Amino acid sequence: MPNHSRTGVIVASFAVAMMLRIIPWPDDWAAFNPDWVLLALIYWCIALPERVGIGVAWGLGLLCDVLGGKILGQQALVYTVVAYLCLKIYRRLRLHPITQQTLAVLGYLLFAQLLNYWILNVKGLGPIPWNYWLSSVYGAAFWPLVFLLLRYLRRTFHVQ
Amino acid sequence: MAADHRAALNDVRALLAVVIYPLQQLTDVPIRLLERMGESFTRFNDLLDENRRLKESESFLKTRQLKYAALEKENIRLRGLLDAAYKLERQVLVAELLAIRLDPYQHVVTVNKGSRIGIKEGQPVLDENGVAGQVLRTTPFTSEVILITDPNHAIPVQVTRNGLLTIAVGGGHIDQLVLPYLPSNADIQVGDLLVTSGLGGVFPAGYPVATVNRVQPQTGRAFSMITATPLASLDRSRELLIVAPHVTDTPVDANAKP
Repeated sequence: MPNHSRTGVIVASFAVAMMLRIIPWPDDWAAFNPDWVLLALIYWCIALPERVGIGVAWGLGLLCDVLGGKILGQQALVYTVVAYLCLKIYRRLRLHPITQQTLAVLGYLLFAQLLNYWILNVKGLGPIPWNYWLSSVYGAAFWPLVFLLLRYLRRTFHVQ
Repeated sequence: MAADHRAALNDVRALLAVVIYPLQQLTDVPIRLLERMGESFTRFNDLLDENRRLKESESFLKTRQLKYAALEKENIRLRGLLDAAYKLERQVLVAELLAIRLDPYQHVVTVNKGSRIGIKEGQPVLDENGVAGQVLRTTPFTSEVILITDPNHAIPVQVTRNGLLTIAVGGGHIDQLVLPYLPSNADIQVGDLLVTSGLGGVFPAGYPVATVNRVQPQTGRAFSMITATPLASLDRSRELLIVAPHVTDTPVDANAKP
């Protein structure tokens, strides 16, 4: 299989994640919509650290900034930092059973939200309700599904 | 971040926006198709009813339009007598909302008209009931519109009953504006209509914005707690009207004095 089609799997997974990010859920649900792009990014950072790293995270973050109407660089900073943290301990994360991985992912998602929260506060964006933080919990709850799906795709298409 | 605020990176943003435009369309089109299918299964009787209602409302509006034309002429004549310039109605452009959501904590929506056809930042946006917001950012194919209910948005308004001027700030809920700068003894009551005052130069004067729905003097504070409900159906309308910028806004004088 030629190399570019394997890259295509990664690109497609990010594209689908970005689309999930902007689906217009009703107002009550929108707060729970987890950061699918970050979940995919964490998976690829753990699975293929030599291909998806800080550079990819930065570019992806810039795209997500434009996608979400944020300040250019906000999401890019967040994704870069999380990707760095993933790359630091990807060997350990690979060995963890999926429950422990989920806890680690919850930590990463919360940390990403904390960074976003700081940036939003600097920008001055009114009070943020407590259920802002719940989106991380939902994201972590979806982690096993994301992990198994992306691993299945990676093995089926021999992405390496 | 500061660079972005000074709009130095607008070209970069526009380029990235073109890259993600297909993704936005891919998200938008299926949702739009589903809605379209729902419409095509509407019952014949419902359509008849709707048709009748629309016809009635059209004839009603036409009658009012007749009266409006006469009033406008009279207004121009009277202003001519007063030697004041009369502003023509501005051109508007209909833009459709894309079925995508940017950020649950910001009241920003995306519409399908962009800088390619001349949309510029700061243009006022209306819907058929009132002021909806203003253009925040433009990319070649889409633009982002900040709604008047965004906590970062403020709009200069005037109470129609007595001409009281104030500022309405977004309340962070899709149905709430806050009037934080009115003292406790200000003459304002529930049901008052707020229209744009035209101060600040972004919004043209006289468009309806909101009605006051709560006035609550706060003991021990100089300012009352006043909230208002926007007239524009911000969470329901699919079409928004983008008002043309100042350039076409030519003063017309009935007596044509230079």
